[in-house]
Amino acid sequence: MEVYLYIALFAPLVGSLFAALFTATPKKMFTGVIASLLIISAFVSSTILLMYILNGGEPVQVEMMTWMATGDLYIPFGFVVDQVSVTMMMVVTLVSSVVHVYSVGYMDHDKGFNRFFSYLSAFVFSMMVLVMSDNFAGLFIGWEGVGLCSWLLIGFWYHKESATWAANEAFIMNRIADLGMLIGLFLIYWNTGTLQYTEAFAAMPGLDTEILAWMGIFLFIGAMGKSAQFPLHTWLADAMEGPTPVSALIHAATMVTAGVYLVVRANPLFDLIPHVGLFIASLGAFVALFAASMALVNRDMKRIIAYSTLSQLGYMFVAAGLGAYWVALFHLMAHAFFKALLFLGAGNVMHAMHDELDPFKMGGLKKPMKWTFIMMTLASVALAGIYPLAGFFSKDLILEVAFVDHHYILYAVLLFTAGLTAFYSFRLVALIFHGEERYKLFGIHPHEAYKYMLIGMSPLLILAIIAGSFKMTYFEMVTALLPATEYHIHSHLTFWIMTIGTQLFVASSIVYAYKKYANNKITVPDGTSKMENSFAYKLLFNQYYIPYIYEEYLVKPYRELSTIFWEQIDLKIVDASVDGIAGIVYGTGEKTRAMQSGNLSTMLKWMVAGTVGLLSLAVVFGLAARYSDEIMAILSGLGV
Amino acid sequence: MFEAIAFYLFAFLTISMFYIAVTTSQALYALSAIAAGMLFISAFFFILGADFLGAVQIIVYSGAVMALYAFGMMFFDTTREVKEKHGNSMIVIGLSSLAAIMVVVIFAAPIVSSNITALYPVVDGVGNTQAVGMVLFTKYLVPFEVAAVMLLVAMIAGIVLAGKKMDLSLTLMSDAEIKDLREDQNKKVLS
Amino acid sequence: MEIGLNHYLALSAILFAIGLIGVMRRKNLLLLFLATEILLNSVNVAFAAISHYYGDLTGQMFAFFVIAIAASEVAVGLGLLIVWHKRHGNIDLDNMSTMRG
Repeated sequence: MEVYLYIALFAPLVGSLFAALFTATPKKMFTGVIASLLIISAFVSSTILLMYILNGGEPVQVEMMTWMATGDLYIPFGFVVDQVSVTMMMVVTLVSSVVHVYSVGYMDHDKGFNRFFSYLSAFVFSMMVLVMSDNFAGLFIGWEGVGLCSWLLIGFWYHKESATWAANEAFIMNRIADLGMLIGLFLIYWNTGTLQYTEAFAAMPGLDTEILAWMGIFLFIGAMGKSAQFPLHTWLADAMEGPTPVSALIHAATMVTAGVYLVVRANPLFDLIPHVGLFIASLGAFVALFAASMALVNRDMKRIIAYSTLSQLGYMFVAAGLGAYWVALFHLMAHAFFKALLFLGAGNVMHAMHDELDPFKMGGLKKPMKWTFIMMTLASVALAGIYPLAGFFSKDLILEVAFVDHHYILYAVLLFTAGLTAFYSFRLVALIFHGEERYKLFGIHPHEAYKYMLIGMSPLLILAIIAGSFKMTYFEMVTALLPATEYHIHSHLTFWIMTIGTQLFVASSIVYAYKKYANNKITVPDGTSKMENSFAYKLLFNQYYIPYIYEEYLVKPYRELSTIFWEQIDLKIVDASVDGIAGIVYGTGEKTRAMQSGNLSTMLKWMVAGTVGLLSLAVVFGLAARYSDEIMAILSGLGV
Repeated sequence: MFEAIAFYLFAFLTISMFYIAVTTSQALYALSAIAAGMLFISAFFFILGADFLGAVQIIVYSGAVMALYAFGMMFFDTTREVKEKHGNSMIVIGLSSLAAIMVVVIFAAPIVSSNITALYPVVDGVGNTQAVGMVLFTKYLVPFEVAAVMLLVAMIAGIVLAGKKMDLSLTLMSDAEIKDLREDQNKKVLS
Repeated sequence: MEIGLNHYLALSAILFAIGLIGVMRRKNLLLLFLATEILLNSVNVAFAAISHYYGDLTGQMFAFFVIAIAASEVAVGLGLLIVWHKRHGNIDLDNMSTMRG
């Protein structure tokens, strides 16, 4: 089994390094193919490992080598395949295989084709390190690795000002959160003396609750950055500047779920501090509603899906915060499938529409892009949580968790958000695929994507439909590691009322969205309609003015402060002293240049002078050594 | 008493000879003064009982080295007066005196503090030459041989350096011939 | 009046100073070489005197090797001087300024 573990871990790295060899050369088809094949081999290995774990095998744990061993600190490069990490491995490798295959087509005309695959495979490797590590240090390595790859990929089109800005924004926001994460790790090491998951968690029940709470809070700050929770959420929407496959893989299916994975992985810690968990759940519910509301009015296809991702991450945190870790992980998995599918579908549309992102300028695309239409509709249905697709099983479960735990406010918020989710998803679908063919105004002739791209997407489609049926198998497997809390509503009547009520509410939202946006009267908004001038619309459209507030109250003062420091301290003190030293050296050289007249006689004179100097020193030191006692006596007499 | 007279006499002679050697503007005078100075130095060696060293001094310095200088002078036009511009002579004198005093202080320091002991004591009843020979060929055999090799190397180097183009005499050639020769040399260097 | 070690060391210092004066003020390379011989000799005197007053032959040995080195130096130095003279037609120190910085 260890062989499969290593293949799953290192095949992406090999692919990345291989593609990296050709980064400076023009597009080579084989780099994409080989990188894809290696990812697929990692996927196959993960599947074998999953089968092994499913059949009751012991978790595979290997220690590849020692990384740090100084004093009491011992950190190995250790990897573990247990029930939780194998789930994540499956999600990561499956989605990344699909995205790799898809990218071969999507990036077809891009100059950075080889570079793209190098980055993408490097990302998969980092993500595998993140999920497979058996200690917090390894997790942190992977954590930073995915951050780096995310930066590289968001800024992939580095010639675009907006892309580099978005990349830097994402990286800096993540760095802020990573500081919290690091502090959390230090706290863990300080108090438990180890970073290995099993040992650290075993030591935790004996610790003070306050310390545990701080550990949990700092770890969660790290998770907030990666998973783009409020108030560090702005980067995720801007990250959509990257190529669409990147958005699908990193900013929907895998990297952003790392925060959820961390909370799930650290479940023994969060079980001990339920009040922090409740905070996490509340924040999650708030983000779910907050992001969904922004998605309602946005006019950028990818941003709408990004906000939807944000909202679904909120759901996951509600589940994780309430202690239903397996539910959170299950929703993570199901969400990865349909959200990646949705993004890849959006990529097809973008390709067809020549990078047009405003759904109001599309319309009626269902005819030329039949398969994409079917896929995106099904993915949206799954996202909305209609029976029997994947979203129903995972999302409804979260609602039940909130209900059963008597957090009725959370339940109400999540239920309302579910309605919003359905509305904005189908607003998007309706605007893109139904109604009048508005794109003709812009002279675009849309075409369906390559066949192999569609075939590559099909596994995601199938999983988005049937993932719910794995629920019991998954539950049995994963509860070997996670708390096996089952959430049953005691009264059957309540259960049915809730389920059917939710379904009806969601379905009515879908119908309303269709009714409003699928007709032929939709035109490209020009900012004159009554709705567009309402306060609520403006608030939502400008993302609650949060980017504006950040810009105005954080970035600008910081810049002014930096300018002051630059002008006052850097230029006048630091630079001046450095320049002064250089000036002294230069001036001395200039003055003593006359010494080097090239005249040997002068040189001889200088040589003698130097000899005299050195001899005098020798005499002085010799005398000082000889009369050291006397000198000490004199000095002590002087009071030194 | 006799020793003191001899010391002061020879000290006076040596200093005056060497003073002439460094101040005269005639190269030939300087050479003769140095040769005389070397001879007087050997007198100190004899006073100090280092007979062998004194003999070597006369043979090597006054004989061989001075002869070498004399031969060397034949190559150069030394009959004309040596023109030298002199800068600040106070600096020169001051520096050299300081350096000399420093050297002496450093030499004398361990003697004054009398913390050196004789490694190879002079044996009573044995002549100086014999004693020197015994030490030279036992304790200092390797340095002695190395010195011999060094002298050989220096000899060969001297021959090679001075012996180049001995078939040509630049003083007997016309200016045009010398110019051609120079150009030939430049071509060789360039190629 | 007894002649002691200090007398010899003083003599040696005077000779050394004269040699240094020569080294510093001579512009003719040949005469400069002569001045260096004075330096070497002054040190030889000191060696021999110390050797005598401490009854130790090491000083004489040193003086002996110094003479050997002086002889080699003269041989090589004169050879180089001849080569220089052939090239440039003079042996004036002030004309050798190729090391001008």
